[in-house]
Amino acid sequence: MQKTSKALLGLAAALVMSSALPNLAKAEELTLCWAAWDPANALVELSKDFTAKTGTQMKFEFVPWTSYADRFLNELNSHGKLCDLIIGDSQWIGGSAENGHYVKLNDFFDKEGIKMDDFVPATVVGYSEWPKNTPNYWALPAMGDVVGWTYRKDWFEKPELQKEFKAKYGRDLAAPKTYDELKQIAEFFQKREIDGKTVYGASIYTERGSEGITMGVTNVLYDWGFQYENPKKPYDMEGFVNSADAVKGLEFYKSLYDCCTPPGSSNVYMVESADAFKSGQVAMQMNFAFTWPGLYKDEKVGGDRIGFFPNPAEKAHFAQLGGQGISVVSYSDKRDAALQYIKWFAQPDVQAKWWELGGFSCLNSVVNAPDFAKSQPYAQAFLDSMAIVKDFWAEPSYASLLQAMQKRVHNYVVAGNGTAKEALDGLVKDWSDVFKDDGKI
Amino acid sequence: MPDEGTGGTPLRAILTRVAARIGRRAGPPDLPYPNRPGEKLTISHSSIVENAVDATARATPVSVARRVRGLSDRAIAWLFIAPAIILLLAINIFPLIWAIYLSFTNYRANRPNAPVQGVGFGNYQRVLNDPDIWQAMQTTAHFVFWTILLQTVIGFSLAYLIDRKFRGHAFWTTIILIPMMLSPAVVGNFWRFLYEPQIGLFAYAVSLVSGIPTSDIQMLGNVTLAPWAIIIVDTWMWTPYVMLICLAGLRSIPDYIYEAAEVDRASPWRQFWSITVPMALPFIMLAVLFRGIENFKMFDMVTLLTGGGPGSVTEVASITLKRAAFESWATGRASAFAIILFVAVFGLANIYVKALNRVKQR
Repeated sequence: MQKTSKALLGLAAALVMSSALPNLAKAEELTLCWAAWDPANALVELSKDFTAKTGTQMKFEFVPWTSYADRFLNELNSHGKLCDLIIGDSQWIGGSAENGHYVKLNDFFDKEGIKMDDFVPATVVGYSEWPKNTPNYWALPAMGDVVGWTYRKDWFEKPELQKEFKAKYGRDLAAPKTYDELKQIAEFFQKREIDGKTVYGASIYTERGSEGITMGVTNVLYDWGFQYENPKKPYDMEGFVNSADAVKGLEFYKSLYDCCTPPGSSNVYMVESADAFKSGQVAMQMNFAFTWPGLYKDEKVGGDRIGFFPNPAEKAHFAQLGGQGISVVSYSDKRDAALQYIKWFAQPDVQAKWWELGGFSCLNSVVNAPDFAKSQPYAQAFLDSMAIVKDFWAEPSYASLLQAMQKRVHNYVVAGNGTAKEALDGLVKDWSDVFKDDGKI
Repeated sequence: MPDEGTGGTPLRAILTRVAARIGRRAGPPDLPYPNRPGEKLTISHSSIVENAVDATARATPVSVARRVRGLSDRAIAWLFIAPAIILLLAINIFPLIWAIYLSFTNYRANRPNAPVQGVGFGNYQRVLNDPDIWQAMQTTAHFVFWTILLQTVIGFSLAYLIDRKFRGHAFWTTIILIPMMLSPAVVGNFWRFLYEPQIGLFAYAVSLVSGIPTSDIQMLGNVTLAPWAIIIVDTWMWTPYVMLICLAGLRSIPDYIYEAAEVDRASPWRQFWSITVPMALPFIMLAVLFRGIENFKMFDMVTLLTGGGPGSVTEVASITLKRAAFESWATGRASAFAIILFVAVFGLANIYVKALNRVKQR
């Protein structure tokens, strides 16, 4: 009898434990979704502090960039519960806010004393606000990112090359200040023999499938005077998207592609561009700032051999904004725990450690700290770049707008079909169709 | 009722036993089976099938058995195929009908709160008037035509050679089949490296033969070469499949026909055109059908190789469709495009199958 009751007791205990344990684990585990890249590894490292402090386990779902948007927008659209927290791309903010995928954070920020004024203004507009320039916050700026350039400092400093360059162009071979200078340097290096190897001028974004060529060409277009719309009349694009200046900018990007990229550069985005630089093929490389810490650490091209500079100027001076904010997914069952993570992440000491580990903090107290510019060799270029950012459309229909631009620009720059004017005229037509469908014009 | 023990189907046999059991229900339940009224039906037959039938009948609960007795053969047949039909309806037919419905609306899957409105044939009109879609259809047609042509010619030639049964032909067959065993994603990725102008083996090989510098051999970045680049990869990968089907066709031709032809002093050329080709034709046509349907929906390999570029010269229809459906989230328009593609493939395949049947009947 005693045996039986013991066995029953044991069985009951086991049952209680087996039913209680998963609940316990469930309540204390958050899943964070992001892209699979270097900063994500830094975030895993950083989040260990959060787990140590709160006991909440962190699980991560990282997806490669090429399928990042597909994967997570599908997840959000299907109201999936996979992600409690998501670091979604800046362009998703419109759709995610309007379709209710993200939790609105205004009340939470007010309650916890998190002030958006404490963050770099461009990142607040870019990553958190929808509609833009209104105090409606859907994310906390998490990872500042911007397009900039790296160059081979060791090649630039070679005396014989400096001499030759000066004789040819009448100025020193140094990081370019304007795009015309950049092109001259690229031409100077194109197909040059350096250390017994043929090298090329510059690696620029030309990828067709997702967003690559758009993230590259916009840097140049902005500087030449391209504008998304009439500043006085929203969605009025004729003469702004396809202005004479914008056409010249697009022609410049094509000329840079034709003259100065390595062979086989027809489908280059972040990874390919970094690879071209790492393998010692190119003198300069366009890429998002997140690649800089990794490249600086690279044994072959890092350290003293690498230099960083922000986008050159032309008529105007802009850089394409990348980066993301962190949001709470409204379909998550663990909203409170997720909000606690954001509260923890917003703290100045956590943000400072985030920058140390290789993340790009958007907190003013971090980036405006007196020693920030000297804290890393790329810190100054990052600061300068973040001061001039501009982003692509963040409308709910951004994906259609992006597709149209990918198609039109690639068709002109890489495939060489038609003229720059035709490409941008076509873009105005495509974008107008999208906004007509949305009932905005 | 026919004699179940000899001519009846197993199904019928089961039912008979079930019926017998019901008839015997009044009797003592613990009676050993051979003593039950059903015994006469099985006593003289004890094959394995029969035993299994008996076991099934015995295992059927009486209540179920009684219910089954009232059903016709036809109803029982339906009962058995119902799970398959329900699955088919749920995951094939219903989505198809749903897509047809959506194609007449402005529905967008990423805007669940927006009101869904009927737009009549608006989506179809827009799809059919979209020059980009016609461009994609042309690209697809070019891709399908040339891949099928090359794969059939090379595949049949290889099958013809392999069929000579030389020493080690089994080994070579296996070697030839390797590309087919790889995943398209893997193939797409490594061909991208093979095509790479600076480090790629393909560019190196072409350069070795032609003398053109490797940096000028830009298979994926050149508007003229890119469509051929994807055709080459698909041909490399799927020719073995066509070869395998053709080989089956060649092996199915009886030797005596060739012997008779030899007796009639037909030349090898004549034998080839009058015996080999006509008799292997149904198989070749089948291979063409399979490859045609497959390549019409080509997506993964091209996405990995070119992403549809440069410009849109390798953007096949399925890439356009995917972009409309899952990037732009224009679900209604994408549904209309999908239905148009479906009708086109279905119609072409139907005509083709009719032709195939005619060839087979010759």
